[in-house]
Amino acid sequence: MAEQAIVDKEALLEELLASINQHKFTPDVAHVEIHGNQVLNKNLVDGLMVEAESIEDGVKVHIRVKSGVTLKNPVNFCFGLIPENGVQRIIIDTVIGEGAHAKFIANCTFPNAVNIQHLMNATITVEKGASLSYFERHVHGPNGGVTIVPVTKVLVGEDARFSTEFELIKGAAGVVELEYAAEVTKNATVDMMTRIFGREGDRIHIKEAAHLSGEGSTGVLTSHIALKNRASATIENELIADAPYARGHVDCKEIVQDDARARAIPVVQVNNHLAHVTHEAAIGSVDSKQLETLLSRGLTEDEATDLIIQGLLS
Amino acid sequence: MNLLEIKNLSLFKEGRPILNNLSMDIWEGHVHAIIGPNGAGKSTLANTIMGLSGYRDFEGDVLFEGKSIKALPVDERARKGITLLFQEPARFEGLGVSQFILAGAKEKSRAVVEDALQHAGLSPEKYMRRAVDKTLSGGERKRIELASIYAMKPRLVLMDEPDSGVDIDSVKYIFAVIKELRHRGSTVILITHSPEVLKHADHAFLICAGTLVDKGEMSRMFDYFNGKCVPCVHVGQPTVDAAVQPLAAN
Ligand SMILES: Nc1ncnc2c1ncn2[C@@H]1O[C@H](COP(=O)(O)OP(=O)(O)OP(=O)(O)O)[C@@H](O)[C@H]1O
Ligand SMILES: [Mg+2]
Repeated sequence: MAEQAIVDKEALLEELLASINQHKFTPDVAHVEIHGNQVLNKNLVDGLMVEAESIEDGVKVHIRVKSGVTLKNPVNFCFGLIPENGVQRIIIDTVIGEGAHAKFIANCTFPNAVNIQHLMNATITVEKGASLSYFERHVHGPNGGVTIVPVTKVLVGEDARFSTEFELIKGAAGVVELEYAAEVTKNATVDMMTRIFGREGDRIHIKEAAHLSGEGSTGVLTSHIALKNRASATIENELIADAPYARGHVDCKEIVQDDARARAIPVVQVNNHLAHVTHEAAIGSVDSKQLETLLSRGLTEDEATDLIIQGLLS
Repeated sequence: MNLLEIKNLSLFKEGRPILNNLSMDIWEGHVHAIIGPNGAGKSTLANTIMGLSGYRDFEGDVLFEGKSIKALPVDERARKGITLLFQEPARFEGLGVSQFILAGAKEKSRAVVEDALQHAGLSPEKYMRRAVDKTLSGGERKRIELASIYAMKPRLVLMDEPDSGVDIDSVKYIFAVIKELRHRGSTVILITHSPEVLKHADHAFLICAGTLVDKGEMSRMFDYFNGKCVPCVHVGQPTVDAAVQPLAAN
């Protein structure tokens, strides 16, 4: 019986990693694989602590990078569910200690999804002078049976940097309810980037907010979304600058084809005359000059559009 | 042998003739220049031959290898071998230089990209990882456009001011590409304001106010740049009526 469980665990792990095209890690690369509410595998390096406990429908994870530590390699997380149906709730609490530097790569994979909910509740604290770059890639099956609801709150300490990239371009997006809120203190920087390709009946709602509360803080919120068929998206980007010399920029680009619908709601607010915030939003079909350039090289309209979208989402 | 024939082409914008009854023969394997003042209609002519949107509705006809291409969309004209180097090339967010160059190339390989960049005088190591976006300088973007066209191996290239924004030391790459294109048998239509560029043509057309005012061997057309335009009263004030007179006088 115990032996069978081990075999199952290994098979699951293999399947999970295969779905994201990842197979072996060298021993100096930290990685954690979580299937449903079960930690399948974990390899840590000096200066990194990851504690996980199973809850009924998911896991609670505490991550800490010790003060002053620079992790040489990115830490690879893999969250997922192989079956067609189920819930995976991830509650994560991450602290990057003072002066520490780390990169996290999270792959969330639901290759066979028919009806899956992936709920993530994260709090991230990047302490003074520290940095975290977080990259989250989603791999969904072709059927779009996934509802993903990631809610993240970030505190970026003095002189600290936080950058996040959220990518969902392979497979059907399903229903996405993404919410990010960052508090950016003195001389700190936040950079949020979202790239999503919505198809068929996908519904996407993104709410990204950065509060530039510290003097000299900077924030850049970027969303690049392509929509086809009947997909729809609402992008809310909010940037509020309260302190002198705070700088911010919102960039929202959405390419809309077929019967897809897109809405962008950029909110930029400045409460200090020494702060400066800008925004640009472009929603619509593919830019005609770009399109005609590629047509004049012999690409068909579909090929040209795909290439332009591929660029926007890269 | 005519690769392209422009027959009595007129194009109107807001009721005004931008191209006015133009007829031109473009000989296969030759480099033809189109010269003329700002606003003469040179880019309009190039865009009309390419079939860009806004330039599809015109009187007269355009024949490629003896067949009308009037009804063909841009991409079908391109697949027949016609292409355009834009006066102000588009910028593409996130699209890699290699991807862009290979988009139009028949043979898709790293060697094709490297060769094209080298011919445009751009180091492959430096540029292959860049994107064809806003961060390229105007001259760099222009030379990547040149590389893309070089890789495409077109039958007919319309080059709309290929030298504009390109520094003095780098125009030599443009000349080298023109030479190489012709060597491979491509036909080139070169729109320019520069006598240096004109030297690389065999033959030139002078257009003013949408009208063909003069045509002839390249060497004879230098007068235009020496302030000795064909005798007419249009200087600084190109109007159709004024421009038509000199041809009638010739
Ligand atoms: N959509 C339009 N509506 C009205 N006028 C137009 C339109 N497009 C072009 N024109 C006019 O047609 C004329 C020819 O323009 P074109 O761009 O072809 O000139 P050009 O010879 O290429 O000039 P340049 O040397 O400055 O590039 C100009 O007077 C221009 O203002
Ligand atoms: Mg022009």
